[in-house]
Amino acid sequence: MKTQNQRAWFFVTPVLLLVAFNALIPMMTVVNYSVQETFGDNLFFWQGLDWFEQVLRSERFHNALGRQFLFTFLILIIEVPLGVAIALSMPKKGFWVPFCLVTMALPMLIPWNVVGAMWNIFTLPDIGLLGYFLNHTLGISYDMTQNPIAAWVTIIVMDVWHWTSLVVLLAYAGLVSIPNAYYQAAEIDGASRWAVFRFIQLPKMKTVLTIAVLLRFMDSFNIYTEPFVLTGGGPGNSTTLLSIDLVKIALGQFDLGPAAAMSLIYFAITLFASWLFYTLMTMNDNKS
Amino acid sequence: MAQIKLSNLRHSYQPNPASDADYALKKIDLTWDDGGAYALLGPSGCGKSTLLNIISGLLVPSEGKILFNDQDVTALPPAKRNIAQVFQFPVIYDTMTVYDNLAFPLRNRGRDEDTVKRRVAAIAEMLEVTDMLKVRAANLSPDNKQKISMGRGLIREDVNVVMFDEPLTVIDPHLKWKLRSKLKELHQRVKATMIYVTHDQTEALTFADQVVVMQDGEVVQIGTPVDLFERPAHTFVGHFIGSPGMNVLPCEVQNGAAFFRGERVALEGPVASAGDGAAQIGVRPEFVNVSASGAGIAAKVRKVADIGRHKVVEAVAHDMRINAILEGEAPNAGDDVMLDFKQSQTRLYKDGWLASQPEGGAR
Repeated sequence: MKTQNQRAWFFVTPVLLLVAFNALIPMMTVVNYSVQETFGDNLFFWQGLDWFEQVLRSERFHNALGRQFLFTFLILIIEVPLGVAIALSMPKKGFWVPFCLVTMALPMLIPWNVVGAMWNIFTLPDIGLLGYFLNHTLGISYDMTQNPIAAWVTIIVMDVWHWTSLVVLLAYAGLVSIPNAYYQAAEIDGASRWAVFRFIQLPKMKTVLTIAVLLRFMDSFNIYTEPFVLTGGGPGNSTTLLSIDLVKIALGQFDLGPAAAMSLIYFAITLFASWLFYTLMTMNDNKS
Repeated sequence: MAQIKLSNLRHSYQPNPASDADYALKKIDLTWDDGGAYALLGPSGCGKSTLLNIISGLLVPSEGKILFNDQDVTALPPAKRNIAQVFQFPVIYDTMTVYDNLAFPLRNRGRDEDTVKRRVAAIAEMLEVTDMLKVRAANLSPDNKQKISMGRGLIREDVNVVMFDEPLTVIDPHLKWKLRSKLKELHQRVKATMIYVTHDQTEALTFADQVVVMQDGEVVQIGTPVDLFERPAHTFVGHFIGSPGMNVLPCEVQNGAAFFRGERVALEGPVASAGDGAAQIGVRPEFVNVSASGAGIAAKVRKVADIGRHKVVEAVAHDMRINAILEGEAPNAGDDVMLDFKQSQTRLYKDGWLASQPEGGAR
């Protein structure tokens, strides 16, 4: 006879409660806001899907979304190949391994708002090390508070500095797990350096790279603190990414309804894109 | 195809080896004849993989030379030596099909697609993987993956030597036997020199015409499986080959006669090197006769293990354990028995090395 009881649920309850209070209930509040209008005093009026329609039709949203996709695209296209390249050139054993690993991990340990503040000061044209050097030593006019291109270059470089290490560490973990015999066999088979990368290293790194791309996609798509501290979305709206725009609408203008609708659309896009990435990257595994 | 000669080979993984102990390979002088099937047998860490990697060019020896047909290849990289190596774990290119895997070494060397097609078809047929050619290699079972690794080794027609580094480690026992006979068959068909590294005596003895036994970075004996079994040149070979291994008993030599704890033991023949003193008697369990009463050394049976075809009797005489292999009736544990060594198979070892000669002089 098989004993049947439901006591195992007791072990799950704390997690359920935790998830409920930090995710499900706030999320449902957002859903609530997204279909209602309020003028304060806890008075709500049913609005249906109006806010969603408004957000989806708004040019402001389209622009922010466009900037967001451009930002994430640039981040992925730079950080993933760069991370793999750095991982490939890191030593596999010896004294320099811990040195490289710690150096690589350092940027990731710095709090996000500190990163923003650091780069802000670093790039100030009059006193910042980089800003001063570019403007006064090299004579290149650079001011990210005035020039949108300079602002974009700065937030991209800042993110590359902050997060390429994540790709490096994941790719490195994938690389060191390749048994030596693969390299020896390839050498005996007369494979070129490129063939070794294409047929051994890349396939063996695929799993970790999938994770790296997913993490970098989600993090860069939801990025807020660093660009907010660095540029505040400016100059003008040129670096106003989705999250920055969202906070402006929600906390600046206090338009809770549209902000809630926008949050849900934002969430849906992130979810869908993550699913798409994952499905595309693992599709080949299931083929025989 | 080539004769491979290792001359005065020494290798150390340390930059400045001081003593013999720092060498993974102490001193190797060895010639592998063209087309031979060799096994390199020895316990883990005896230097056999080091030796293999030196032949293939993955390692450059600290001292000595490697000659392929009298041409010095010591400084050549693996790709230039025209050798093939199959590793312990199957190495396959996951993203390629079986066909592309087999074709890889040929394509890297710029062979035309017609040659590639012909060779792949021939090798696939030999390995019985023709029906898998279009399958992605990542989806194969371990034994088929290992077959593909072997196939990549055999695909080049002019390969000097194919080396196998414990290739059956990850293969299921019931498939080991199949792959082993497949290898033997392949050797007869392609007639390339093959060197098979293993620590498994069954694999070595079934595959090879000549077995090279290594211990501690040195070659202890080279011979046919029968040689190794019947006349081990060193007590290590006696121990290592055979199940259970050779009985090795301490003895005193006086005027050319051996005494085990005061009892005289008849040897196969005269002792080669003169001089009395401590030595060892070596006799295989197969040549120890057990009787209730009769000639020989008195012993007490400690345990009897029935291992199917025969029984292994473990007896103790003068505190020394002596194994005997018996067919049919065997005594029980606790019985007092007499152990009689077959004289023609009882050898004397000094400092581990064979010191007795067969009756009628040296072979």
